[in-house]
Amino acid sequence: MNEPKVLPTDYVTKPGEFKTSTGKTLRTDEMIINMGPQHPSTHGVLRLEVVLDGEIVVDVIPHIGYLHRCFEKHAEHMTNYQQVIPYADRMDYLASMNNDWAYALAVERLLNIVVPPRVEYIRVIMAELQRIASHLIAIGTYGIDMGAFTPFLWCFRDRERILDLFEMTCGARLLYNYIWVGGVSHDLPPGFVEKAKDFCTYFRPKIKELNDVLSFNEIFIKRTANVGVLPKDVAINYACSGPMLRGSGVNWDLRRDDPYGVYDKFEWEVQIGKGEMGTVGDCWDRYMVRVREMEQSVKIIEQALAGIPEGNVQSAIPKRIRPDRGEVYVRTESPRGELGFYVVSDGTASPYRIKARSPAFVNLSVLPEISRGCMLADLVAIVGSVDIVLGEVDR
Amino acid sequence: MTPQEIYDNLKAKFGDAILEAKLDALQPWIRIAPERAKDIALFLRDEQPFQFDYMMCLSGIDYNDGNLGVVYHLFSMVHKHKIVLRANTSKENPRVQSVSSVWGTANWHEREAFDMFGIIFDGHPDLRRILCPDDYPGYPLRKDFKVPEFYNGMKVPY
Repeated sequence: MNEPKVLPTDYVTKPGEFKTSTGKTLRTDEMIINMGPQHPSTHGVLRLEVVLDGEIVVDVIPHIGYLHRCFEKHAEHMTNYQQVIPYADRMDYLASMNNDWAYALAVERLLNIVVPPRVEYIRVIMAELQRIASHLIAIGTYGIDMGAFTPFLWCFRDRERILDLFEMTCGARLLYNYIWVGGVSHDLPPGFVEKAKDFCTYFRPKIKELNDVLSFNEIFIKRTANVGVLPKDVAINYACSGPMLRGSGVNWDLRRDDPYGVYDKFEWEVQIGKGEMGTVGDCWDRYMVRVREMEQSVKIIEQALAGIPEGNVQSAIPKRIRPDRGEVYVRTESPRGELGFYVVSDGTASPYRIKARSPAFVNLSVLPEISRGCMLADLVAIVGSVDIVLGEVDR
Repeated sequence: MTPQEIYDNLKAKFGDAILEAKLDALQPWIRIAPERAKDIALFLRDEQPFQFDYMMCLSGIDYNDGNLGVVYHLFSMVHKHKIVLRANTSKENPRVQSVSSVWGTANWHEREAFDMFGIIFDGHPDLRRILCPDDYPGYPLRKDFKVPEFYNGMKVPY
């Protein structure tokens, strides 16, 4: 009759090996499955070729390029250095202000322009507001990846206020073309400073709310702690940057360590992962660095709003941009990490070569390293914690 | 370490493989022989006074005089100094030694330079196109590249 099946009790979970109750080791078959390019948890058009052994990830091969728009080729074909800025906007569409600033900074360094202090302050305010907006998306969508829907709506609600501030300043909500070489396109509108201050007071308690509902949520911690651990030396070898690098416990922030703009005038602290919920450099650490960075950004914005000087914001914009023969690599801290522009000038009015070193591209290249040996469901957690924007990966 | 000291040390160690330097540029650079790139990279990464453990950027470039180039922007997290290396290679036979075993990040950057300029990195573990489709004709960022009229039978609109 139907005898109860005896299941092997002592199987080991090493990938590729399966031990039966008689002690025999079997090698199971590997399976290749395709994740993306249209998958809700790949945050855009990213295709992952995943080699699986049962549910354990043996290898991941990312395939990118679905959103390649030839930014570098376009930039070479422009007739003017300023015309590149709208393209730079569209690289990382969640942090356009930071992209504009990085590009403008590179050209300014080639031209040796010093921008007026008011412009520097406006740029810091915009970049930090943008950082909060970008981190809110990273956090909200990461919540969705982990099955928490409410924080997503809260994050978008708060981000909307930041977009309102941007719309008030330059008319656009997503792609601004606001920071120009040598200045900004418009001065701050009347009432902006008050509105931005209101936002800071409004936003502080929201971070606490977010922590209560998501960051210290038991289920969320279980899903993210000890998952996708990125050790310090691997992070540096793969040139990870931003929250990815800081999450691994490296005390490094270009705003403080390779300063540009007027960041050296403000009091704030670099946040690093400490392994509070698990190992240093796990997904939770990377996530938490972003949450804590938002607090620091609010701090910077408040100081910048209090100290903003008067002045003309367009006085340093050059009539004609024609840098001398030369080249420069400038790096800035975008919400995702080190955003660098390598600009080569041959003395004409259009750039000879521009290479955008996008942080998401570099951070994504470490993905196979950190996801080998994890479960398939954890792969979703890892991809989310890298916080990629495919527009920037593919450029 | 100042760029001058880095240059002197490299010159003493590698001699002929260090071809040229411009140390008074906005960002000082040293030109190296493309077939020695990996040895020099390993030396710069591991030797105590340099410790260039962080590669900020690797870019390909077409000089439009029959030469292609690779530019390495290096940084040391330990000593906080920077240096730019460059390696030039001819357009007919563009070969540069791969540094992806020295810095993991170089893997994708080199694939991108291969994709855009057709530079072949000797010793790269997985040199495939990364941004363009696998069957894309030519190397788009070369200065003599012409956008093809048709791609796989489809008319390219401009």
